[in-house]
Amino acid sequence: MLISDVFERKKRHLRNLEKARKKVNEKKNNHLTAYERIAALCDEGRFRETDKELTSKNPINFPDYDEKREELTKKCHMNDAIVTGIGRIDHKKVAIGVFDTRFFMGSMGTVVGERIVRLVERAKKDELPLIIFSASGGARMQEGLFSLMQMAKTAAAVRHFQEKGGLFISCLTNPTTGGVSASFASLGDIIIAEPKALICFAGPRVIRQTIGQELPEGFQRAEFLLEHGMIDAIVDKSDMRDVIIKILRMHEA
Amino acid sequence: MEAYERLMTARDAKRPNIDFYINELFDDFIELHGDRLYKDDKAIVAGIGIFHDIPVTVIGHRKGKDTQENIECNFGMASPEGYRKAVRLMKQAEKFNRPVITFVDTPGAYPGVEAESNGQSNAIAESIACMSNLKVPVISIITGEGSSGGAIALAVADKVWMLENAVYSILSPEGFASIMWKDASRAKEACDIMKITAQELYDFGIIDGVIRENKKFIVTLDGMLYEEIKNLKKKKLEVLVKERYMKFRKMDGLYNE
Repeated sequence: MLISDVFERKKRHLRNLEKARKKVNEKKNNHLTAYERIAALCDEGRFRETDKELTSKNPINFPDYDEKREELTKKCHMNDAIVTGIGRIDHKKVAIGVFDTRFFMGSMGTVVGERIVRLVERAKKDELPLIIFSASGGARMQEGLFSLMQMAKTAAAVRHFQEKGGLFISCLTNPTTGGVSASFASLGDIIIAEPKALICFAGPRVIRQTIGQELPEGFQRAEFLLEHGMIDAIVDKSDMRDVIIKILRMHEA
Repeated sequence: MEAYERLMTARDAKRPNIDFYINELFDDFIELHGDRLYKDDKAIVAGIGIFHDIPVTVIGHRKGKDTQENIECNFGMASPEGYRKAVRLMKQAEKFNRPVITFVDTPGAYPGVEAESNGQSNAIAESIACMSNLKVPVISIITGEGSSGGAIALAVADKVWMLENAVYSILSPEGFASIMWKDASRAKEACDIMKITAQELYDFGIIDGVIRENKKFIVTLDGMLYEEIKNLKKKKLEVLVKERYMKFRKMDGLYNE
């Protein structure tokens, strides 16, 4: 490859990254779709999606579940609530998973659980860092106890990966709740949250009902969790890639 | 019996509770308290005892048998301190090579301000991860209500059994109805859809055994536990942990038909 080609490629990459980041900044208070997030995070064109073909088999035969999934698949161009794959961030190969709240509130059912576990196992086998961006309403109600089992399955996979020396960066975005926050997402070697993200086990509505009073201002937001020692750092969407690059560099073998 | 009736049976205050199981199954039980971090959560009882000739660690939810006890035990809804106590004692069990037996009976982990502030999510996640990697035999028995993250936090085991009238669910049926239809009073309807009974979950391959609730059930349970612990103790620890991992790994609902 000619030097000029390299420069051209690099320039194009920076331009595109700039575009993706601008979008991130514009959407500061909104959700990024999984693919927007991946575009902002990975080197240009360096992401290969895996296990895309997995689809839910509606394990408890939940009424209208198949139809709703089909509808959402058409609308969001994704067939479940997480996109997983292998990408490069600043040339470093990483295993990445990104939730998308447009699909059943980003809830974790059998497909999300299976994609995460396959991703973690791939990271373990190829000794890649693991990065998961969570955004989830929790376990997927429509798959009943199978969804609860995904908590065990994903947490076990992550723990076994970590035991082998693997690095797991868990990024918590708005919202990360219930069965996702109470399983793999809380097990990061490093846990980063985005400003103001709601991160909790039980949602504010449930707690309000239980204790019958209003909740303190800022309760269960990222800043609250930082203060209580539950996360390592709060990082803006626009700085996320840079911070992750720094962390990855410090964990190069 | 319909799912809703079983739910009511599972919640019956007169149903055998953790203290009954401890009395009937273990000799010389000593309760061990506290998470060594913050406090002792009475919603979870834990300790050591002798099962036949084998020292074991026993952990379970305690709902309490009367109103005062209910309040003390927070109706079996554990706080982070409870799960951290469980983790502490599971690691202790691993150190001294004691099998762990858990008894699950909870409406869910406690949804409260203090519980959230002290890291309910983190405590449950750590308990699940710890169980998945524990290098001793682990057996869990869902004896009453096994609801949500509060239940799975103590139920990542080599064998998971349910009493015939116990229920095991992603969320209490009331909570489920409230989320799905914004109407908690439709719990009965939720019960039918959710697939929460022992037999249904056994058919799905999520649990490994159903214990019939006849007069001799405690003798049956005692026998099952003895046989299983003997079997599990024969396995190499790496094999045991690997098989436990694979058991949950396969619960994907994707290839089960």
